[in-house]
Amino acid sequence: MIGLRNKTKLTSAPYIVWMAAFIIVPLAMIIFFAFTREDGTPTIDNIIGIGRWLRVFWNSFCLAFLSTAICLVIAYPMAYALSRSKVKKQRTLLVLITLPMWMSFLLKTYALMTLLEDTGIINNLLRMIGLGPYHMINTSGAVVFGMVYDFLPFMILPLYTVMIKIDHSLLEAADDLGANNRKTLMKIVLPLSLPGIISGITMVFVPSVSSFVISRFLGGSKIELIGDLIEYNFIQKHNPHIGSALSLILMIVILILMGIMNTFDDEEIGEMLI
Amino acid sequence: MKKIILCVVLLVIVTVFSGTLSSCGANRETLNLFNWGAYMSQGDDGLMDVVGEFEKEFGIKVNEQYFDSNEQMYSKLISGSAEFDLLIPSEYMIARLIEEDRLEPLNFAAIPNYEYIDDAYKGSTWGYDSEDKYSVPYTWGLVGLAYNTKQITEPVDSWDMLWNEKYKDKILMFFNPRDCFGIAQKRLGYSMNSTSRDELDAAAEELKKQRPLVSAYIQDEMMEKMISGESYLTPCFAGDGVTIMDSNEDVNVVFPKEGYNIFVDAMVIPKGAKNKANAEKFINFINRPEVALNNILYIQYSTPHTEAYKNLPEEIKSNKIIYPDGETIARAEGFKHLPKETSDYMDDLWQEIKFGN
Repeated sequence: MIGLRNKTKLTSAPYIVWMAAFIIVPLAMIIFFAFTREDGTPTIDNIIGIGRWLRVFWNSFCLAFLSTAICLVIAYPMAYALSRSKVKKQRTLLVLITLPMWMSFLLKTYALMTLLEDTGIINNLLRMIGLGPYHMINTSGAVVFGMVYDFLPFMILPLYTVMIKIDHSLLEAADDLGANNRKTLMKIVLPLSLPGIISGITMVFVPSVSSFVISRFLGGSKIELIGDLIEYNFIQKHNPHIGSALSLILMIVILILMGIMNTFDDEEIGEMLI
Repeated sequence: MKKIILCVVLLVIVTVFSGTLSSCGANRETLNLFNWGAYMSQGDDGLMDVVGEFEKEFGIKVNEQYFDSNEQMYSKLISGSAEFDLLIPSEYMIARLIEEDRLEPLNFAAIPNYEYIDDAYKGSTWGYDSEDKYSVPYTWGLVGLAYNTKQITEPVDSWDMLWNEKYKDKILMFFNPRDCFGIAQKRLGYSMNSTSRDELDAAAEELKKQRPLVSAYIQDEMMEKMISGESYLTPCFAGDGVTIMDSNEDVNVVFPKEGYNIFVDAMVIPKGAKNKANAEKFINFINRPEVALNNILYIQYSTPHTEAYKNLPEEIKSNKIIYPDGETIARAEGFKHLPKETSDYMDDLWQEIKFGN
C-alpha cells in the first residue's frame, strides 16, 4: 500500500513543482500587491476603491453569462447528436470541432473584426442581395459573438465526453417503458450530463468574464470589461496594486459562483443515486 | 523527509535543465530590441532588411519585441519581465526615464555616425535630454487628422471634426490617454502640457462627450480601417497617414488649425543592459547614411538624419505632410514629461472616460 502511495506522489510531483512555481507564487504576489501601496506599506484602499468599478464588473458578468448561455444552447444538442452518431463520423466531427482551436485566438478575433465591419465581408455579401448594411462591429453584440465563437469548443467537448458515457441501454429502457423523447431527455440525458454542463459552463464563463482582447478588437475598446481594466492598470498605468486588487476580487467572485454551482451538482447526483 | 528530498531533487533537475537551456544560446552575441510595431524596414519593396543585414554583418542575433504605447513600454521595462538592450520611446518618456535614472549614458565614440543627426531634434534642443548624453534621435513627425475625402466633402481644418455627430461610428481615436488629452486640450486652446486641473477636467469633459461618437479606440489598427474605408476620420502620426494615403487615394491628412503634437522618437539604452556595446553597434549601423535612407523610405516618418534627408527622392522631400513648412511646425507643441501628480490625475480621468459608464 505504502509503495503505491509513494508512486502516486511521484507521478504528481511534476505538476506540484509546476503549480508551486507558476500558480502559488504568482497568486501570493497578487495578494501581496493587492494589499500594499506603491511604497510597500499595507492598505485596503485598493480593495475598497473597486466599488467605483461595479458597473464594469456588472457588464462583464452579464456579457459572460449571455455568451455562456448561448454556447450551452448551441453546444448541447450538438454534443448529444455527436455522441449518438457512428464512431467514424464522430472522429471526423471531433476534428472539425477542435480545428478552430489549432489557430491562435488572437488571429481568429482579428479576423472576426474584418468580417463584422460596416464595410466587412458579411455586410458586403448582404449588400449584394440588397440587404443592410447592419452595424455590428464595436457593439456588445459583437463582443458576445466573439466570445461564443472563441469558446464554443470548450462547451462542446466536456458535454461530449460525458454524453458518450451514457449507456445506450438506458435510453432503450426508457423507450421500452413508454417514455417519450422529452421525458427521456429530462429524466435521463440531462441529469447524467450535468457534470459535463457544469464543467462546460466553467470553461466558457471563466475565460469570457476575464477576456480583454475580444472587447478590444470587437468592442473597439468601448465595451469595457474587467479584463480591460486590469490590463489598463498593469500595462498602461503601471499600477500592479490596483490591477492585483481587481484580479483578486474577480477571482473571489468567480470562486463563489463556481462553489454555488458545484453544490448544485452534488445535490443532483446525490438525488439520482437515491 | 522523503517529501523534502523529492522536492530538492526536482528543484535541482529544474535548475540544471533551465541552466543548460539558457547556456545553449550563450555563445552567440545578442541584442534585445524593444520597438514600436512596423517601425523598422523589414526588407519589403526592395528596401533593406535592416535587422537582417545587421545580423549578417556583425553576427549578432537580434531579438525584437514590440510595444504600442510609451506607457506600455515603460511598464514592461520596469517590471523586469524581460531584458532589453535598446529602446525607441518618445521624447517625454525619455525625459521620464532620465529623471528616474533608468538609462545608460551612451558611448559616443562607438557611434561616429551620430554626426549626421540634425541638432534640431536632439535632446538638448528639445529639452528631453538636456546634455545629449542618453539618446540618438530616430524619427520625428507631427500628429495630423486623416479623413476620407469621398465621405467628407466639407472642409476639414479643425479637431472639431472628431466631435461631429454626422460621423458617429466613423471616428477613431488613439488608445492612450496622453494623445487623446492632447487633442482635446488643443481644441480648447490649452497647452498639451497643462498641469491645471480645471483644464484637464474640461478636456476630460470633451472626451466624454466624444465617446458615443467614437467607433473604436485603437492604435496601429487604425491604418487598416482607414485604408478599407471602414472609418472616415482618425488622428494619426503623419508617417502612418502617408502610408494610409499610399493605399487609399481618397484619404487626406491635414494639420488642424488649433495646433497638434510634434514628437521625436529616439534610441536609448536602459540601465544595466547586458549587451550595451551591441546596442551601440546597432545605433551606429542604423545611422549609416544608406541604412538610414532605406529605413526612412520604409517607415515613411520624418528623418532627423541629414544625409538620409539629402538623398531622399524630391517628391518625398516636398511632401508637406512628412516635411511640413516652418509655419506648420511653429503651430505644433511637443509633449513634456508631466509631474507624477498631473499624469496620475490624467490617468484617473481617462479611466473615468473609458470605464465610467
